[in-house]
Amino acid sequence: MKKLKITIDGKTIEVPENTTVLDAAKMADIAIPTLCHHPKLTPFGGCRLCIVEIKGIPRPVTSCTTPVSEGMEVTTSNPQIEDLRKTVLELILSDHPNDCMVCEKAGDCTLQELAYFYGIRENRFAGERRIYEKKDGNPFIERDMEKCILCGRCVKVCDEVQGVGAIDFTYRGFKSKICPPYEKDLDCEFCGQCVAVCPTGALTGKQWTMKGRQMGVKEVDTVCSYCGTGCNITLHVKDNTVVRVTSKEDTWHEGWLCIKGRFGYTFINSPDRLKRPLIRTAPEGQSSPDPLSLFKEASWNEAFDLIASKLSGIKSKHGADAIGGLSSARCTNEENYIFQKFIRAAVGTNNVDHCARL
Amino acid sequence: MNKNITIQVCMGTGGIAAGGSEVLAAFESLMREKNIPAEFKKECSMHKVGCRGLCAKDVLVDIITDDRRTIYQYIKPEMVERIIDEHVVGGNPVSEWEVAEDYHKFHEKQVKVVLSDCGNIDPEDINAYIAVDGYKAVEKVFASMTPEEVIDIMKKSGLRGRGGAGFPTGVKWEACRKAEAGQKYIICNADEGDPGAFMDRAVIEGNPHAVIEGMVVGAYAIGASKGYVYIRAEYPLAVERLKKAIKDARERGFIGKNILGKGFDFDIKIKLGAGAFVCGEETALIASIEGQRGMPRAKPPFPVHRGLWGKPTVINNVETLANIPYIIKKGHEWFSSYGTEKSKGTKVFALTGKIKNSGLIEVPMGITLKEIIYDIGGGIENGKALKAVQTGGPSGGCITTDMLDITMDYESLARVGSIVGSGGMIVLDEDDCMVNVAKYFLQFTQSESCGKCVPCRIGTKRLLEIMDRITKGAGRQGDIELLEKLSSDIKAASLCGLGQTAPNPVLSTIKYFREEYDAHLQGKCPAKACREMLTYHIIEEFCKGCGACLRACPAGAITGEKKKPHKIAPEICIKCGACFDVCKFKAVGKE
Ligand SMILES: Cc1cc2nc3c(=O)[nH]c(=O)nc-3n(C[C@H](O)[C@H](O)[C@H](O)COP(=O)(O)O)c2cc1C
Ligand code: SF4
Ligand code: SF4
Ligand code: SF4
Ligand code: SF4
Ligand code: FES
Repeated sequence: MKKLKITIDGKTIEVPENTTVLDAAKMADIAIPTLCHHPKLTPFGGCRLCIVEIKGIPRPVTSCTTPVSEGMEVTTSNPQIEDLRKTVLELILSDHPNDCMVCEKAGDCTLQELAYFYGIRENRFAGERRIYEKKDGNPFIERDMEKCILCGRCVKVCDEVQGVGAIDFTYRGFKSKICPPYEKDLDCEFCGQCVAVCPTGALTGKQWTMKGRQMGVKEVDTVCSYCGTGCNITLHVKDNTVVRVTSKEDTWHEGWLCIKGRFGYTFINSPDRLKRPLIRTAPEGQSSPDPLSLFKEASWNEAFDLIASKLSGIKSKHGADAIGGLSSARCTNEENYIFQKFIRAAVGTNNVDHCARL
Repeated sequence: MNKNITIQVCMGTGGIAAGGSEVLAAFESLMREKNIPAEFKKECSMHKVGCRGLCAKDVLVDIITDDRRTIYQYIKPEMVERIIDEHVVGGNPVSEWEVAEDYHKFHEKQVKVVLSDCGNIDPEDINAYIAVDGYKAVEKVFASMTPEEVIDIMKKSGLRGRGGAGFPTGVKWEACRKAEAGQKYIICNADEGDPGAFMDRAVIEGNPHAVIEGMVVGAYAIGASKGYVYIRAEYPLAVERLKKAIKDARERGFIGKNILGKGFDFDIKIKLGAGAFVCGEETALIASIEGQRGMPRAKPPFPVHRGLWGKPTVINNVETLANIPYIIKKGHEWFSSYGTEKSKGTKVFALTGKIKNSGLIEVPMGITLKEIIYDIGGGIENGKALKAVQTGGPSGGCITTDMLDITMDYESLARVGSIVGSGGMIVLDEDDCMVNVAKYFLQFTQSESCGKCVPCRIGTKRLLEIMDRITKGAGRQGDIELLEKLSSDIKAASLCGLGQTAPNPVLSTIKYFREEYDAHLQGKCPAKACREMLTYHIIEEFCKGCGACLRACPAGAITGEKKKPHKIAPEICIKCGACFDVCKFKAVGKE
């Protein structure tokens, strides 16, 4: 690949062709503030925070959209650029609820962080704010569009990564807004990719509400147990309770999850969750409004003994081929291996299959 | 009895609105029904023509006989019979209906290149275009020129884009020619979204084939096999004429497969836009053709390298393209003999506002503003005083009365903080409040901002809020400085031309009319145009107590007995001005 030599803030580096100025700066360990940029999505150029000066170009350009060219000389910070960035941030905040006190996203919010670094308290441009009603009935995603800064990340992730296209920009001017077609309720896959990339508190998980933000929350990296894909997830745990699931970008699946991995974690602390084996005591055919009354709780040894005796009985009466085994994508590879070994070697039949084939 | 008579009826959008279709129909039916000898009828032809600029005098009808052209103004269907009887048949023009001196003065200083055939030929008849040497440029280019030679002529002609930015057309074409790709495109930008601008509409309605011919030449020069015309759906007549023109040109082999048997393929599709101003911006336009929301993207890469569907693309304005056939036919020396050193040729302007002759004009670059206002435009309406001229629409600025000798070209206008732009020219008089004018343009740009970038989406909203409070008498100390600061930041930080130029009307009015801003901060609108800052009162000594104002007031703010001076209750008055307009005795005062 062709390499180009460029100078950023006096540092000369070589970067591959088609690198953006922003990425080149990253390679040179120079930080440029961004809001709308996301490394996995196509460049947008909307927030204007990443502006830099390039020698020979009369106006500031956005580093996230501009490809490098040979000999380019870039200045990422000077009083004029910082002044423009401050104006941009003030403008964003002039149309923002500034609700950090009670916002789900506080402490993990790019906008809040930038406002902090630029020390924005007073706002020269205070004025009308967009007021929207929160209305989505779905149980997963909270859309608080008053906090939306129209960075477009959610629109792009839904289109470019998820391939769904459930949301887009609507209206023009100050009234511009991200929403589903005809401003209907969100009705999509609820993968939550949009929630994951939103740099503000505009998109959050409904289940997260008032369960804890950053303080006292421990992060535990693990693997999602829903399916054989095995996405890496990070559990956010407070007081031994999972309050939120996220996934890191530097994982093999780039941090993208599905609805189950991202939102299907409440079973962990559910009182309905089965924690011990149950043996049915009621006769066949009998039912009850309280299903648990048909069973008695047992120890693992009791349960295994019962299974072993039943399987042996069937095998001696009808032969091993009367038995079949079906294993689950929610088991690890090792568990699945042991399961088929058990069916083949211990039970003695090849009748074994897996839900992933269905 | 006359011989060889041609009757031309103006049927641009303006002409049709004034009743052009009915007038033409009246001519047709009366000529048929009237007892006129058949051999005479044979020598008589009649057809519609496009706009020739002075729409205020529509319906305009030309009767061309062997020896002279008679032009009638304000023609209604019921006037047609007399014209036929006395003039067409009788040979004596109806002189009292003829256009007057001002019509001729309106045209005297104009130079028509782009509009040379507009208003003279039937825009729906390809033969009419061919009869005035139409498609000769295509023939010439295909017969004897290489693409490089075409580009060379364009560069030498000095033609610059008429869509706003004034980029040299030849240079743009050359860059696209050099870009390597299997597929290239040429797009005609007919979005024309500036408020009050109708240059491109008139060109397409009046001579659509010139635009098509320009596109074919351009396609040949850059190596494009596909072209689009992006035109707003609000231009139904232009769309209809363009559709027919494309079909006719295809049938005649000027576009389509193997053009003129020279092995070059090029065809044109029409893409209707929904009328968003921002879709005139070239990258937003491309997004719109691709089926995306019309939002600009950052440049570089430029469309000549990565344009429509990622392929090298040239985008040219309607007027730019319509110049091209004439440049090819008459040569670059001819074209560059008009204009100034850096701005060649002519420019079409939409002259509107408080001017006597408002309409469409084509003038050589370098003409002075004074000539446009007083010679062509006939001066200011109703004997009022000229205050300023706004050029370049919502992206431009104003020119004051002490700069009337300024020449109309890219450089001079840029020097005073305005632009040629696409050609809007609004004349303002003493009754216009400059703060209010700037606010009007800002309202437009704010509501047309695509919403993508922060400085434009929120910045122009904040500008508008500040302007709004100033015009309502609620301006604060420091507001002017805040406007200046925010304007300059919006210009520097916005993504596309819309945001980068949206503050221009504000900056330019502050620069030249700061005292009006100051007066507003002091609670006075010098032009008495800002409604919220006015108070209405009745001047007792003039009031006859006729009660007209009392009846006109929608708020019931006026009381008084018959024949005694009336009174306005300021706390009820909603400042609508109805009393002021209705009083015959000038007894209503406003401050
Ligand atoms: C907000 C905005 C609106 C524009 N609208 C138009 C338009 O309506 N028609 C047009 O020809 N150019 C328009 N332009 C300019 C185009 O982006 C482009 O420069 C032009 O079409 C190029 O053609 P030219 O070189 O022949 O002028 C607009 C630009 C901006 C920033
Ligand atoms: S989105 Fe961020 S800046 Fe906005 S209220 Fe929430 S934490 Fe604060
Ligand atoms: S949840 Fe997934 S499918 Fe739904 S809008 Fe967000 S990204 Fe699109
Ligand atoms: S909802 Fe979030 S991700 Fe989507 S545009 Fe708004 S701020 Fe950006
Ligand atoms: S400057 Fe305005 S119109 Fe242009 S991209 Fe930004 S928001 Fe859209
Ligand atoms: S990060 Fe580049 S414009 Fe937003």
